[in-house]
Amino acid sequence: MAARNTARPLSPHLQIWKWGPNMLVSILHRATGTGMATVGAALLVWFLAAVAAGPESYATFRDVFTVQSGGLNIIGYVVGIGLTACLFQHMANGIRHLFMDVGAGFELKSNKLQAQATMIFAVVMTVAFWLYLGIK
Amino acid sequence: MRSGTAIGRVRGLGSAKSGTHHWLNQRLTAGSNFLLVVWLLISILRQPSFDYAAMHLWLSNPWAAIPMVLLVASIFYHMRLGLQVVIEDYEQDQNRVALLVVMNLFVFTIAAIAIFSILKIAFGAAA
Repeated sequence: MAARNTARPLSPHLQIWKWGPNMLVSILHRATGTGMATVGAALLVWFLAAVAAGPESYATFRDVFTVQSGGLNIIGYVVGIGLTACLFQHMANGIRHLFMDVGAGFELKSNKLQAQATMIFAVVMTVAFWLYLGIK
Repeated sequence: MRSGTAIGRVRGLGSAKSGTHHWLNQRLTAGSNFLLVVWLLISILRQPSFDYAAMHLWLSNPWAAIPMVLLVASIFYHMRLGLQVVIEDYEQDQNRVALLVVMNLFVFTIAAIAIFSILKIAFGAAA
């Protein structure tokens, strides 16, 4: 890219805008996507490779996230709940983006409501997922 | 070419010819990701246990191994496209090129490991 003409002003950035749900979910979409693409992808691959390599490798993988009795430890809960929350937020906002791609939902009020709905969906689904996993 | 505004430099060069491909594939994989992730979440919730025997048995079944290969392909492609946009937005010049290369190496390497692992489990006889 050609060098920027420093005499020209930059557009105002994050610190100048009033926070709203729309910009929050937009930022969350990037953050959750990048988080899953790095931490989530690495863990998925480690899990698959560990199962493929045999019982000892899988035990090494499992011991990082579980206590002796087989339940999750702190790392297991933080990573597990973190990744599922990221997934549900990214999923909900991704679906919202598909509607916006066809030109729907740009009215100020409904756009704000959808943005809030994605976060509510993420929290509800994460709680429901872990409750079901816990009860089962 | 080096002076003037960004729009001034772009004018007259014609379209980039490849923008919609990236955009469209990101959307198409978003759709396939959704279906495959719903499958994965339901599969996780239905596991009787998460010990080695249960995991190995699950992935040795074609009904799990095939969707898992598809999931890795679809998600990792979507991931590559997404990380590319993030890098292009925040990095310039040499850093951008270097990071894009590293990102591609990362994604293709872990995709190869993932798919190889799934196939090894699936083809690994009835262990």
